[in-house]
Amino acid sequence: MENPSRTEPFPVGLRVLVVDDDPTWLKILEKMLRKCSYDVTTCGLATVALSLLRERREKFDIVISDVNMPDMDGFKLLEQVGLEMDLPVIMMSVDGETSRVMKGVQHGACDYLLKPIRMKELRNIWQHVYRKKIHEVREIEGHDISEDMLQFRNCSEDFDDRQSSGGADLSSVRKRKDLDTSDQEVNDSAAVKKARVVWSVDLHQKFVNAVNQIGFDKVGPKKILDLMNVRGLTRENVASHLQKYRLYLSRLQKQHEGKNCGANMQSDFSPKAPQANFGLQNSTPVNQANTAGGYVPVGIHPTVPITQKFQAQNRTPVHVDNEKSTVALHIKDQKEAARPDISNSRKLNSTPLGGVLSFKSTATNVEYKPVEPSTSKHQNLTGGIPISQFMQYPKHDHEPYSLLEDYSHLPLSSQLHQTQREPTFTDYKSHNNKTIMPVTCTIDSVSVQVERGIVNPQEVNRSGSWLPPIREPSMKTDTDLISLPQDMPLCSLQNISCFENVGLNSMDIFQYDDSMSLTEFQSNWYEGLEFNTDYLYEPLEYPIIDDCLFA
Amino acid sequence: MDVSQLQRSWVEFLTALFNEGFLDSQFNQLLQLQDESNPNFVAEVVTDFFHDSERLLNELTGVLDQQIVDFKKVDSHVHQLKGSSASIGVERVKNMCIAFKAFCEESNREGCLRCLHQVKQEYFLVKDKLQTLFMLEQQIVAAGGSPPLM
Repeated sequence: MENPSRTEPFPVGLRVLVVDDDPTWLKILEKMLRKCSYDVTTCGLATVALSLLRERREKFDIVISDVNMPDMDGFKLLEQVGLEMDLPVIMMSVDGETSRVMKGVQHGACDYLLKPIRMKELRNIWQHVYRKKIHEVREIEGHDISEDMLQFRNCSEDFDDRQSSGGADLSSVRKRKDLDTSDQEVNDSAAVKKARVVWSVDLHQKFVNAVNQIGFDKVGPKKILDLMNVRGLTRENVASHLQKYRLYLSRLQKQHEGKNCGANMQSDFSPKAPQANFGLQNSTPVNQANTAGGYVPVGIHPTVPITQKFQAQNRTPVHVDNEKSTVALHIKDQKEAARPDISNSRKLNSTPLGGVLSFKSTATNVEYKPVEPSTSKHQNLTGGIPISQFMQYPKHDHEPYSLLEDYSHLPLSSQLHQTQREPTFTDYKSHNNKTIMPVTCTIDSVSVQVERGIVNPQEVNRSGSWLPPIREPSMKTDTDLISLPQDMPLCSLQNISCFENVGLNSMDIFQYDDSMSLTEFQSNWYEGLEFNTDYLYEPLEYPIIDDCLFA
Repeated sequence: MDVSQLQRSWVEFLTALFNEGFLDSQFNQLLQLQDESNPNFVAEVVTDFFHDSERLLNELTGVLDQQIVDFKKVDSHVHQLKGSSASIGVERVKNMCIAFKAFCEESNREGCLRCLHQVKQEYFLVKDKLQTLFMLEQQIVAAGGSPPLM
């Protein structure tokens, strides 16, 4: 990734490949990128770009590609580049339809810019390269909870830098030092430890041959590795590639299915898919997700992340109450091959035959303890695996199914509503809203829904068993309650709660469905992320950094 | 005419183009990108745009002339035209393209033909204006000055 001859600091000299069939745009983008001190190569054809990349993948840091090109669909290029070269790709189009943008993100775009693109948008693209570097260190050094935390933190640091100084000069000396060291580490570890595997066409072909030989429903990374018999390749490399390959195939399949039955990407996001919609319909009954039986819109979500999420949940008992709640989930498998490893290492009952993963109550029973608003709770939070998993990026996968592909799994969570929709209606006002607790937050959002008259009390009442027995009656007025979601810290905390209780978490977010517009929801989500790192994870993270990065 | 007078009329002419909606802020971006290392940047880009647009307009004329119109093709061409007109900020052309695309989605041949006619009108109008602007610019340069920074 690094250009050794370059003297000026990153991101000067960032090597960008621009692909667009429009000569006017090509010229403008080239000029803009040069003004950003980037090293620009332009290309008018997607096929040419692909062969250019195949020839000298190590010559580029990032690709910017138009979506509509006559010789090759931009999404196709994006997928190829992601699969073969593992480079960050930014898509751009004059067309800003949500479904298009969504498709770009699903195919692995790290960003989607709308034309006309401005200089200021391009000035910041180095962040995608930088982020990737951070993740590569993670991959190389092995992968556990603490590292995910670190990754999470680094991302936020990255984010901070951008905000405070555009990355050029950092206000905090300490941070500057940290960053430099970590940068160094990136180079060192890449050079000294394991070289990153570049999946060349040949290597990929070997991989595909191995998969075909074994049979798609029996493949495991180890078997493939043995069959491929390539020196230096590790089980992790193969596992990671297998993961990408599966997702790639399932996407292809979905596209195919889409063509056949007319259910293409667009229709997935049409209002006809109520659960997948981020609360576009205000009056959607809260328990609809429940009644729909875990409806999953075809073609949106990779199956694997879901599995992962529930594994995480199993490993992270969330203590809220002594009572138990049961999460019953039915998730459509994408007719993917069975993943033999799942049943070995996880307490999940997978039924590949029916294409249904059902999470039995044994697996998802979550014990809750009374919560206390103490700082020690923070430790608890940081120990929560899900946080890191939420921050995982596609390429970051040491276990075959530990990949959270894109963020496309998010909408899926909406089907989990049933659990979090269940706080006892009568309880909600008895909770002290100042308790910095996930549960409290959940209650907040519930109360908001109630305020808007969306929640059917009976539905809410149905089985709100997991609520904590905090008996601190707070005399909150209705206006207090309704104002809470706008209150930024509390909103953020709500999102933190999401991170903690995987089971509940994403639902918490989606609980906004009824009361917030999509944009509000998104902004809260991001605020939550920021807040998370800065505020809650600080105490535990520094030690981790010392252990892992700067040892 | 001396340089400052030429410069003044250049600014006036350009301002009018913005005010009349021929150009949008993207054109300003282009002007800002122009520097000593590439003093003809805007003219070069706009010339590229002329070439590309005329090719697309010709192809559109051809496709819409067919007995059976391939609306997918029409849409693709209009999409390209929309993209490149957005690139230099010729707003009226871009807006026409949006209407054009709508007719295309309806597979409305009459509507498409009408739009094609209007897009062509807008295109040639703005082409004429931009050429006048560049001529003024050349006069400024010839008189020993440079176009003022907007």
